[in-house]
Amino acid sequence: MQSVEYDAIVVGSGISGGWAAKELTEKGLRVLLLERGKNIEHIKDYVNATKGPWDYPHRGGRTKAMEAAYPVLKRDYPLNEKNLDWWANDQESPYTEVKRFDWYRGYHVGGRSLMWGRQSYRWSDLDFEANAKDGIAIDWPIRYADIASWYDHVEKHAGISGSLEKMPQLPDGQFQPAMPLNCGEELVAGRLTKLFDGKRRIIPGRTANATQALPGRNACQYRDACWLGCPFGGYFSTQSSTLPAAMKTGKLTLKPWAIVSEVLYDKNAKRATGVRVMDGLNNQVTDYKAKIIFLCASTLNSTWLLMRSATDVWPGGLGSSSGELGHNLMDHHFRVGAHGDLDGLEDKYYFGRRPTGFYIPRYRNLSGEKRPYLRGFGYQGSASRENWSSAVAELGVGGAFKDKAAQPGRWGIGATAFGEMLPNHKNMVSIDETKKDKWGMPVLKFDCATGENERLMRKDMAADMAETLEACGVKNVETYDNEYFPGMGIHEMGTARMGKDPKTSVLNSHNQVWDAPNVFVTDGSCMVSTACPNPSLTYMALTARAADFAVNELNRRTL
Amino acid sequence: MTNDEIINRINRREAIQRVTAMLGGLTLIGGSSLITACEKAQERAADTAKAAAAGPQQPIGEFSVPDIAYLDEIADTILPTTKASPGAKAAKTGAFMALMVTDTYDPNDQKVFRAGMQTLDEASKKANNGAGFMAATPEQRLTLLEGIDKEAKAHMDARDAAKKAKGKGTTEAEKKAAKVLPDQRKEAAPGADVGAASAITADTPPHYFRQMKELAMLGFFTSEIGCKQAMRYAESPGRFDPCVPYTPGEKAWAPHA
Repeated sequence: MQSVEYDAIVVGSGISGGWAAKELTEKGLRVLLLERGKNIEHIKDYVNATKGPWDYPHRGGRTKAMEAAYPVLKRDYPLNEKNLDWWANDQESPYTEVKRFDWYRGYHVGGRSLMWGRQSYRWSDLDFEANAKDGIAIDWPIRYADIASWYDHVEKHAGISGSLEKMPQLPDGQFQPAMPLNCGEELVAGRLTKLFDGKRRIIPGRTANATQALPGRNACQYRDACWLGCPFGGYFSTQSSTLPAAMKTGKLTLKPWAIVSEVLYDKNAKRATGVRVMDGLNNQVTDYKAKIIFLCASTLNSTWLLMRSATDVWPGGLGSSSGELGHNLMDHHFRVGAHGDLDGLEDKYYFGRRPTGFYIPRYRNLSGEKRPYLRGFGYQGSASRENWSSAVAELGVGGAFKDKAAQPGRWGIGATAFGEMLPNHKNMVSIDETKKDKWGMPVLKFDCATGENERLMRKDMAADMAETLEACGVKNVETYDNEYFPGMGIHEMGTARMGKDPKTSVLNSHNQVWDAPNVFVTDGSCMVSTACPNPSLTYMALTARAADFAVNELNRRTL
Repeated sequence: MTNDEIINRINRREAIQRVTAMLGGLTLIGGSSLITACEKAQERAADTAKAAAAGPQQPIGEFSVPDIAYLDEIADTILPTTKASPGAKAAKTGAFMALMVTDTYDPNDQKVFRAGMQTLDEASKKANNGAGFMAATPEQRLTLLEGIDKEAKAHMDARDAAKKAKGKGTTEAEKKAAKVLPDQRKEAAPGADVGAASAITADTPPHYFRQMKELAMLGFFTSEIGCKQAMRYAESPGRFDPCVPYTPGEKAWAPHA
């Protein structure tokens, strides 16, 4: 067994890990960035990026053979012909479900930063104060003022396009020009300003797609093919943004196929000393030493790794002394909303495929309003003209039918709500010793469900959108609730929460593991609540903040 | 995550259809034997895909070369060559339909499709003095498919309504289908099997012609001809114009992928 020493080790190369690598190397540290899966090189490995629909034998759809090979992935859209190689194979990496949990993972360099939805919103004190005000779970150890400058920092480098709106519940940021609303959305947004006391507002989606070129990156080309990798570097990913910055320092070593089996812990020094790595291809084991370790392996993988570490001291693993490691698993619940038809714009169309839509920031339970549930939801939606697929169920065959189906159809508009899920100690993961993955590691067992608060919120999530659309003159409005299971949001959060007290939290206010201060966890597992806006921008800001703190502490020789 | 994007990019009805399809089984299956079986199935799929790309010259799964030529003619009757663009046959839609039935349909749906090919041919013989679909004139084919299209719509609308009534369906579209059903029956062609619509339950298989029409449209409008000639295609638009004038008759912009 060899041993190599670095200043810092970063476990995981997705959104959080890429940021940790960039910040730590730019501050002068020699960093080893470990990724459990294969490498994906920027541009060169985006093999499907410029294909047309006709280049896929099943036009992007799923075959019976694919469904058999991916029993979990088949539950939702990730099972598709276009970027299947970028979703973790659930037979190699199985898990146990006491209750259904959909776990969609990206085990490769860049992680899910390659396939993410890119919606990027700041959280506010409405979110950071919510637990304390409601007496739910524990208080966040930070407030907006602690993170605001770090949002500035990451937004400028990542390239977030958006509009300035002066809404306290959704703070403005360092934005590039917004991708505008199309004429259907503009029409409805204009009508909406005069309704509901102006509380419900349609604004352009804030997205990590650049509308102006950045160093080494082109502006978005409006191809709407982000999830295949962008040959223009038009959206934020590890590959387009943080990895090149880290590489430029000359201080980064990137190691794919490096599965971290445990964090090595010295019980006398009460510090981690490094990590043990299993080679994903040949199972060879190597130890790597470092002064500090950043766990950015994704919400559930960082917790799983902690559970495998320092078990000689704590049977439940590193960070388990609080009794909270693995608990308070959360996600955003969604798949509920409404849509309808929009008249009066038959002579209007749009050009270019905008890779975002509109956003309606949270308006429920604000300014003293009290709904039958706590917290709230935001909406993501878009207006568009129907295409040929809506003609399938209509009557018609022959030339006139074909030519008409090839023209843009009726305008429609709709939106899906993304709701906050409350933290609950009972929603948890643990180790299932009876089942092992391809590399011999006992897998995670999920026991997580939504509760009464989410159930009640979903009624508003559907009814409010119908009410909004109808008030704005949208016709044939229909609501839907397509059923939700935890994990489907792919916004999994919690299981190693931050806090003010080592008795009730795994991490402190700087994302340090209470029981090992040179171990930082800065991915979604640190979250204390979910708020309702998308979480990735907050992971970026928390990671940059923690990296700054860690380097200062190293320089002061306190770590 | 990517959900946001998907919701934005797919059209609303597609969203509903996908949702119905995606709620599958929950059991995790392990074991290397299954993986091997899957790899073999995927190899087979790759072979059939190669055959599909070749067009009607090679058999695909259970579909013979004449079967594929027949499917080409069905697709080309639904989506023929017009002044605006070439038709479904030029886009090798018959081979695509055979590939999709082979690789993506479950066994029951495959049976419905295969039997439908025969039913359609017999209907042609009955209507056209013994001339099967391949022997019928383009006008005879169109008249036949117009009638069967109405029968298929009545069938599918009744099925959706039955699903809704049974509490299986979840969409408002199905409620709506229940309301419009009587009108659809009135519109059904003479000779169409309207009476059967009332016997349709939630568990009744789909109508074969809806399968054919759906696959023909999917195959054609995602083909290179469909995207670039029937519609307009910009691989890399380079800009977003949120509002441009539209003159009736102008072609739609095809999606990227």
